[in-house]
Amino acid sequence: MKQHFLMKKRLSFLGFLLVLVGIACAAMTMTQFSIANSFSSIPKAMIWGCSNFYPTADSFTNFPDIMLKLQETLLISIASASVAAIFAFVFALLGSQVTKINNTLAAFSRFIANVFRNIDVSIWALVLLFSFGQSSLTGYFALFVASFGFLTRAFMETIDEVGSGAIEALRATGAHRFSIIFQAVLPMSMSQLISWVLFMIETNIRAATLVGILTGSGIGFIFDLYYKRMDYHSASLVVLAIVVSILVIEQISNYVRRAML
Amino acid sequence: MAISPAAQPKMVNDGKPPLVNGRLKLRVLTKSMLAIRVTLIALAVLTVIGFMTFNYQEVHLLKGIATTFVNFKTIFASPQFSHFTFPEAVHQLLITLSLGVLTTLIGALIALFLSMLAAENLSNKTVSNSVKGLMAVIRAVPTVLWVLIFAVSAGLGSVAAVIGMSFHSISYLTKAYSESFEELDQGILEALQGCGAGWWQIICQAVLPSSLTSIVSWTFIRFEINFGVSVAMGAAAGAGGIGYDMFMDSAFYYNLHEMGVITYMILAVAMLLEYLSLQMKKRIRA
Repeated sequence: MKQHFLMKKRLSFLGFLLVLVGIACAAMTMTQFSIANSFSSIPKAMIWGCSNFYPTADSFTNFPDIMLKLQETLLISIASASVAAIFAFVFALLGSQVTKINNTLAAFSRFIANVFRNIDVSIWALVLLFSFGQSSLTGYFALFVASFGFLTRAFMETIDEVGSGAIEALRATGAHRFSIIFQAVLPMSMSQLISWVLFMIETNIRAATLVGILTGSGIGFIFDLYYKRMDYHSASLVVLAIVVSILVIEQISNYVRRAML
Repeated sequence: MAISPAAQPKMVNDGKPPLVNGRLKLRVLTKSMLAIRVTLIALAVLTVIGFMTFNYQEVHLLKGIATTFVNFKTIFASPQFSHFTFPEAVHQLLITLSLGVLTTLIGALIALFLSMLAAENLSNKTVSNSVKGLMAVIRAVPTVLWVLIFAVSAGLGSVAAVIGMSFHSISYLTKAYSESFEELDQGILEALQGCGAGWWQIICQAVLPSSLTSIVSWTFIRFEINFGVSVAMGAAAGAGGIGYDMFMDSAFYYNLHEMGVITYMILAVAMLLEYLSLQMKKRIRA
């Protein structure tokens, strides 16, 4: 009996693995991906990286340009996350189970958040490229819309989790909707909400690189420029600048999160 | 024994009633309140500076927004194929999904080993911290840059895309797996160690079986993310699939109708995946 049980367990595990391998093989034929190629490309990439992909003294002449673009990108990421947070807060209040005005509005705001979140930031960038061209605004609005979708969802969950106790108590005293929001919902969820905004800023900086490559603005554009010119030394300097700024922002937001608790 | 100052209860406002001009102050400025205020002010100031320094290139803001709404109407109200047919679009969508699958599987396989080193109860503090530090650096380089860097030596295509996209998957899954390993009851590990079980035996008999549900769920959640990433990589890094078609429609054909079709298809898949991964999240919490 015991033997039988273990045997069955092993067989089902084996079956699971076989299904995974099957899916992997199908995916590999679909994308013409070869394992041999990928294994050989990793050491090749490493050798290439060590011999070409490092900043030289020459590339530092581009440093002021890079810093300017980096500053622009950082500001776009912060501005889009902050402004999106305001809109997202309103929509989250409408959509949350504890603060909703009525079911129709709640369903509407949930639907909007769902659509906005599930369309990737790259798609937004490509659509907005039509109307804003190669200006900072394309990147700004793409990040704004993506942040808005994500933050609405996150804020809604935060407000739901903050709990209905205090809100019910205030409502029982006859408090107005706005006093409930400003006296109970906001103070109780503020640190959580800011924590989400900080997370969004980090995400936006990474996404800004992608958006920049697609729309020709910010740090992504300048990377693409050096990359296509095969000026890999300068490109590596751009990567270095991005890495350092992301790590610094992560440290700052971790510090702020700890201070807010 | 004297109570150390640190152990004493913290007095807000030195224990005095917070009176301002004879009125009781309802909110006292604590450290966390201060942090919240400073953060809000800093974000507001940076946002304003951002708006002042943006490179507008003489784009009219309101006109741009108006055009955007018109474009959205075109995209969502009149989607139409022109450069390819529905079966071809499905084929491209499957390529994008396949890129996501491969990335997720490779990421999961490598992350499984790294997470054992990163979990504090299965390895030691030095190893755990160095693995976590390495993951933080990997995460700091955006995915698109990983793909483009690999594309130089491997050539644009699925190989560079999958390897480049795997980096973030590895770092995400290593964190998720190692946290679920750390939730494991310490007693089980000690009991097995007491029986003389080796490291691999502990992993295979206790750690993996008890965290299998959360491993599978996290992997699927990452797959959902990877689908979006592979759409983006198709557009930005020549990874192929539906993202590339989208890029061509936007940057070369200026065909909003076809973008509409692609947007609807991506939206459908993304919403389906999101629904499934929400189910998975419920399983982790249960």
